[in-house]
Amino acid sequence: MPGFLKEFLNRNGTGMGLAILGLVLFWTIGLIILPQLSMLDFSFRPNLPPPEIGGPKDVYTLENYRYLVFGPEGGSQDYNTVDLRVFFRTLVAAVCVTIFNLILCYPIAYYLGQTKGNHIRIFAIMLIIPYWINEILRAFALRIIFGETGVLNTMLVGMGVWDTPFDFIRNDIALYAGLGYAYILLMIFPMYNVIESLDKNQIEAARDLGAPWWRIHWRVVIPYAKPGISSGCTMVFMLSAGALAAPQILGGPSSLWFTQLIYQQFNDNNDWPQGAAYAIVLLVTCILFVLAVMRLFKVNMGDIGK
Amino acid sequence: MSAGVGVDLENLWIRFGDFVAVRDANVNINGGDFFSFLGPSGCGKTTILRAVSGFLEPSEGNVLIGGNNMKGIGPNKRPTALIFQNLALFPLMKVWENITFSMEIKGASSAERRKRADELLEMIALPDQGDKLPSELSGGQRQRVAIARALCAEPDVLLLDEPLSALDLKLRQHMRTELREIQKRVGITFIYITHDQGEALTMSDNIAVMRAGVIDQIADGKTIYNDPATAFAASFVGENNVFRGKIKRVMGNEALIATNRSGDLVARISTANQGKMKEGDDAMMFIRPEALAIAPDGATGDHFVTARVNHEEFEGNAFNIFTEGDGGKEIKVSLPNLGQSFEDHTGQIITLEYETRNAVLVPAGELAAE
Repeated sequence: MPGFLKEFLNRNGTGMGLAILGLVLFWTIGLIILPQLSMLDFSFRPNLPPPEIGGPKDVYTLENYRYLVFGPEGGSQDYNTVDLRVFFRTLVAAVCVTIFNLILCYPIAYYLGQTKGNHIRIFAIMLIIPYWINEILRAFALRIIFGETGVLNTMLVGMGVWDTPFDFIRNDIALYAGLGYAYILLMIFPMYNVIESLDKNQIEAARDLGAPWWRIHWRVVIPYAKPGISSGCTMVFMLSAGALAAPQILGGPSSLWFTQLIYQQFNDNNDWPQGAAYAIVLLVTCILFVLAVMRLFKVNMGDIGK
Repeated sequence: MSAGVGVDLENLWIRFGDFVAVRDANVNINGGDFFSFLGPSGCGKTTILRAVSGFLEPSEGNVLIGGNNMKGIGPNKRPTALIFQNLALFPLMKVWENITFSMEIKGASSAERRKRADELLEMIALPDQGDKLPSELSGGQRQRVAIARALCAEPDVLLLDEPLSALDLKLRQHMRTELREIQKRVGITFIYITHDQGEALTMSDNIAVMRAGVIDQIADGKTIYNDPATAFAASFVGENNVFRGKIKRVMGNEALIATNRSGDLVARISTANQGKMKEGDDAMMFIRPEALAIAPDGATGDHFVTARVNHEEFEGNAFNIFTEGDGGKEIKVSLPNLGQSFEDHTGQIITLEYETRNAVLVPAGELAAE
């Protein structure tokens, strides 16, 4: 038995230790790893009617992955441009949402983290309470704000900023706003956690040595907050790329999100293997992308947990 | 070496809401001086330092550095550098980057910065440590890096906020000497904040003793120790025995005091209060433990004190006798250990004597908390 396991059992007692261990293993293996493995298995199989499952046609194939890149066999185009475009657009848009969120949330997190007083707790509560409202309702509320006859357009047209209503939805502004808003907390709180522990004297020392405010952030605060920034960015990127409700409700008619394609495969086409393949591609690409960016910015895996 | 840049505080008031942190401070600090603000925690000394460094705007009055009014000038534009109590080194920057941070801001090249860092590391006796992180250094080494970082900015005035308080006793004493040497070498004005009278006395050219936002006395260390202006200065700096009473008669620069429990005693009126004290005033007389000696039994007069011995202790360099004193406070007598034999006096009534020049009289006032 490895040392850490022995210590764990000693500390918690054998019975309790085994129970905790069992639950954790059930959680990770039973509820996360096995379903994902079964999805992986699905993705390599053809979509067959129930009677043929297990029959001679039920063999492993790369067809589902091939389909994403090249489209239907004998199709008119060399590549599956429609789906690929949606795929890359989703990734680029998720990156944009992440960057937009970072720029928006860093000042908030900095303010919350470096200011003392009771009002900070009130601000934090004001940030949290909107999340009691469910996602669908929040998305539709944004539709009311951004719609053609919505609050924003009525105001702007009324003030004479422009003559005809601007279509925020078709131009995806509502979608970005919705996605950005949905994950604000996941960006703010990891950064806030780190910045709160930054010694105020560090900032004053930099200032005393002649640094202007942007330099203080660039050389002192941001390097210190890096674990929080990377943790927030990773979560926002992963969740934006994997979001479904916001794109469904706030996305323009011409701008599908890749998750919507996956949903269609599973639900409308009843093609689980195809859907599983798309989902796996999205998952793996996102993980590789995040790892690459982490490497670029010299962030350790351990920092993410901070 | 230039004479250095002086700092003047003119009618400086600093308030936080209703709380007055600094009350009408007037201080002239000579260029090139090692000047200390000495006082207990919460007396406003750090507030003064923040006003000089620019992190705090005074409510009233002016801060002048080199004769220039600093009103409205931010900390990053003042010719001062501050060494923080916790040093505030940048933990993610290497030692050399820390030291030359001020040059980085001015856009100096990496090669220039390295060269300057090496010079400064040489000066603080930490050669070849530039590539370490601050966390890889010892407390004393970090201390020196903080000094180098501040000096690298080439300030006219270096401000130090109790920078030695985190070090252990031996290192602290060593750093006192070192700080004083560095100050003499660079020749700039040092303003030092401390609650430790030992630090203030050993390093400073001049000391301001502060109490609850008020500066009680500004003088060199010897004067403050030997000739305190107030009861607070007398009781805060070094150990002192207090005798309360009323002035019975003023005789030039001396006075006879009717003390509460030791009869009529004679004392020297402290220089700052000469001509200001008169018959009937409440007064406090201070005598240092080392200025008291045991007198032959039965001696009486206006410089003898009789008291019952409560307990005694042997301190190594001195033999201490504690007797009943005024207002519940014990009188401490410190007899230097010169190899003589000490007899046990516990429980006996002994007579103590002192020389008039060692008994300092000041107006009655607040004493420093023990």
